[in-house]
Amino acid sequence: MSMPFYVAPEQVMKDRADYARKGIARGRALVAIRYAEGIAIVAENPSETLRKVSEIYDRIAFAGVGKYNEFDQLRVAGIRAADLKGFQYSRDDVDARSLANQYAQILGNIFTHEMKPMEVEILVAEVGMESDRDQMFHILYDGTVVDQRDVAVLGGDADAIGERLRDGYEPGLGLAAAVKLGVSALAGPDRELPTTELEVAALARGLGRRCFHRVNDLGVAEILS
Amino acid sequence: MPFFEPSHDPGSNFPELLRRMGLSADPSVAGMVDVPHATTCVALRYADGVVMAGDRRATSGNLISHRSMEKVVQADRYSGVAIAGAAGPAMEMIRLFQLQLEHYEKVEGATLSLEGKANQLSMMVRSNLPAAMQGMVVVPLFAGWDERREVGRLFAYDVTGGRYEEREYIATGSGSLHAGTVIKVGFRTGMSRDDAIDLAVRSLWEAADADSATGGPDALRGIYPIVATVTADGWTPVDDGDLAPRFATIAAEVRTR
Repeated sequence: MSMPFYVAPEQVMKDRADYARKGIARGRALVAIRYAEGIAIVAENPSETLRKVSEIYDRIAFAGVGKYNEFDQLRVAGIRAADLKGFQYSRDDVDARSLANQYAQILGNIFTHEMKPMEVEILVAEVGMESDRDQMFHILYDGTVVDQRDVAVLGGDADAIGERLRDGYEPGLGLAAAVKLGVSALAGPDRELPTTELEVAALARGLGRRCFHRVNDLGVAEILS
Repeated sequence: MPFFEPSHDPGSNFPELLRRMGLSADPSVAGMVDVPHATTCVALRYADGVVMAGDRRATSGNLISHRSMEKVVQADRYSGVAIAGAAGPAMEMIRLFQLQLEHYEKVEGATLSLEGKANQLSMMVRSNLPAAMQGMVVVPLFAGWDERREVGRLFAYDVTGGRYEEREYIATGSGSLHAGTVIKVGFRTGMSRDDAIDLAVRSLWEAADADSATGGPDALRGIYPIVATVTADGWTPVDDGDLAPRFATIAAEVRTR
């Protein structure tokens, strides 16, 4: 009879975390920046059709990095949870915090119970009625939830991008300034990102019921020029 | 958070998602019940798109149960839906329909075609058939701007979910005979926005004049019918400030008859 090898739980967790982190680091990063009228999300994404940033509900957006099929599954689950809650109760009862907690549950469960953790990092952002009620939740592959205030960075090379972002950030930026800051933080000093490599979206207060909107390549080019 | 096996995934279908989650209402209702009913709605095509209009009254038998009901509502950016029939199930159907369009758009990342939206509504009306057999009839009217063909289009329904596309106008509800006749007589192809709104308003006036279940303009309380246009620019409601003088003109005309 063969004896299974003993592997310490610490080692199992460490291996899984390393695996997930490696997967995420391979992908390109995205940043979210709080500006005067809402939250701007800038992602490095060469695809025109496979989106990293999308709408979840009236005031809530979703952004993901890592493996596309995995974060897309989470995106759809989020839309379902939000629409169900809004239908059962009221549109006002749908909030980012509760969604973030549900995501954390799922990711945490998969991290500990499944063969392979999800190689994703996601962001749930909600724009408040007033600027000080804006919320951003950054959720990691193992279900860790981090509450972010002004800026958030997801994906590979997060430390360097975050540093550039925090250096350039100041409260009360306009949308154009926020997008510019996001693009320069993603690109770094030695690179220039063409508009076709960028995906830009914003949650803006005062755009009616559905606050989410995309800024197309033309709009991005105008902002960056 | 709802997670499904790939073979059990409801996709972008919200009503199906509700069923999977056990949240769908059972459409069977025991016995005939007297519920508030909503009445007359019309829609007609004009040069830039479509006009939709509906009165504000809901009745229970011979009582007025509600004076300011909104039976003509926006379904999404490029379409609107109007309902006649049992108010409760009708409002619920509209809520579900609006949500389905938005849900599809968010999950798929693209909007449904106008034809797709019309078919979706058809399925919802059909699923209401058991309730319709017991008196809870819901007959909607759907109109919108077809972005692919760049025309305004109108769809009428029957209780079984039958969907009929009309080229000129539709009238539904208890006052539809009168409203429809007024539009039929006054209709011309390619009317201006102003003329189309005038005709829709006139048709509701005549329906309210001849049908007790249809409400006329209520100048005393400041309640006017809901009128909206759907064009390439999307859904645009016509405000009461624009409607009041149109009704005043009709009233003055009637006085001098």
